[in-house]
Amino acid sequence: MKFKNISVLFVILLLFWLALNNSLKLPVVLIGIGVSALVALLFCSKCSLFNDMKFSPKALVNTIMFLVVFFIELVKSNIDVTRRVLSPSLPINPGIVEVKTKLKSKFGRMLLANSITLTPGTLTVEVIEDSFFIHWIDVEDDEIGSASKKIVEKFEKYLEVIYG
Amino acid sequence: MVNTILTIALAITILSIGITMVRFAIGKTAIDRVIAFDVMTIASISIIAILAWMSGRVIYLDIAIVYGLLSFLAVIIIAKYLEKSL
Amino acid sequence: MEIIGAIITLFGSFVLLVASIGLVRMPDVYNRLQVGTKATTLGTILSLVGLAFVVPGWTAKLILLIIFIMMTNPVSSHVLARVAYFIKIPFTSRTVTDKLKLSDKALRIEHEPK
Repeated sequence: MKFKNISVLFVILLLFWLALNNSLKLPVVLIGIGVSALVALLFCSKCSLFNDMKFSPKALVNTIMFLVVFFIELVKSNIDVTRRVLSPSLPINPGIVEVKTKLKSKFGRMLLANSITLTPGTLTVEVIEDSFFIHWIDVEDDEIGSASKKIVEKFEKYLEVIYG
Repeated sequence: MVNTILTIALAITILSIGITMVRFAIGKTAIDRVIAFDVMTIASISIIAILAWMSGRVIYLDIAIVYGLLSFLAVIIIAKYLEKSL
Repeated sequence: MEIIGAIITLFGSFVLLVASIGLVRMPDVYNRLQVGTKATTLGTILSLVGLAFVVPGWTAKLILLIIFIMMTNPVSSHVLARVAYFIKIPFTSRTVTDKLKLSDKALRIEHEPK
């Protein structure tokens, strides 16, 4: 488990270094490997962020599906925002609703909260245990069950496979 | 052609920073001003990227990365301060 | 190819313009945060993607910048919304419901010692 955390952090740091340098020359790659191994070993001896991450082919397929759904929702949310901002009567109907999530892992919940913030009309205000409090620009439903279905479910089904 | 379109894009982005300045000036609460600051820094990241193309220097993109990092840290620290938990 | 990239960048700057107009027009802090986060994220992503079409050699750095913005922007808006709620900035009069105030969990958090 410890080895997995360190190796995931090592790969992320190495990719960051290579993208920042924008080259694949031997000295650049060697320095990158050395420094990222050192940083990963020194600073990730106790971290548990990537514990629940899975690396099966099914998880990979779900990651790609998640990204596709995420970008479609991002574009949709911007069309929605543009419509609201530019119409003269300012059609808003805001409120804070509560939704429940089934995700347990920290990283998965962070991704879920970030995706909720970037989807049409919703903004995560507070996270307490397993309920998210969400500012919704146009409240259609303030029951926990049906609001969860409308906001959370489209991302949760992919994140559940990736992070368990 | 490309140069013309990118110049127009640069002008529109600068105009959007100008409009954000209105919110920064009238404000009402501190949070409003922090939001306006956040929007201005993110718009300036894309300004820096367009300027990097115009002057042909890839090093400006590194400045954009560091600038984004610093503005993120600034927003988090101001929020912590307003929450009285710093 | 370069023309397509430039047009994408132009489109991104229009989205940024919408963000700033929304920031001026919206009635309270939470709605301004909604507009500010979504529109600036997509606007900056479109500008940078357009530049990646114009100069293919810069793609790696631009992708780094895009991932960075996608990760940090929602986090900062979440932190600001949370602070705005806990220092009791008022909602607009058009707000219909506030489940966080009704929930007993929220009260417990407020009474927790720092």
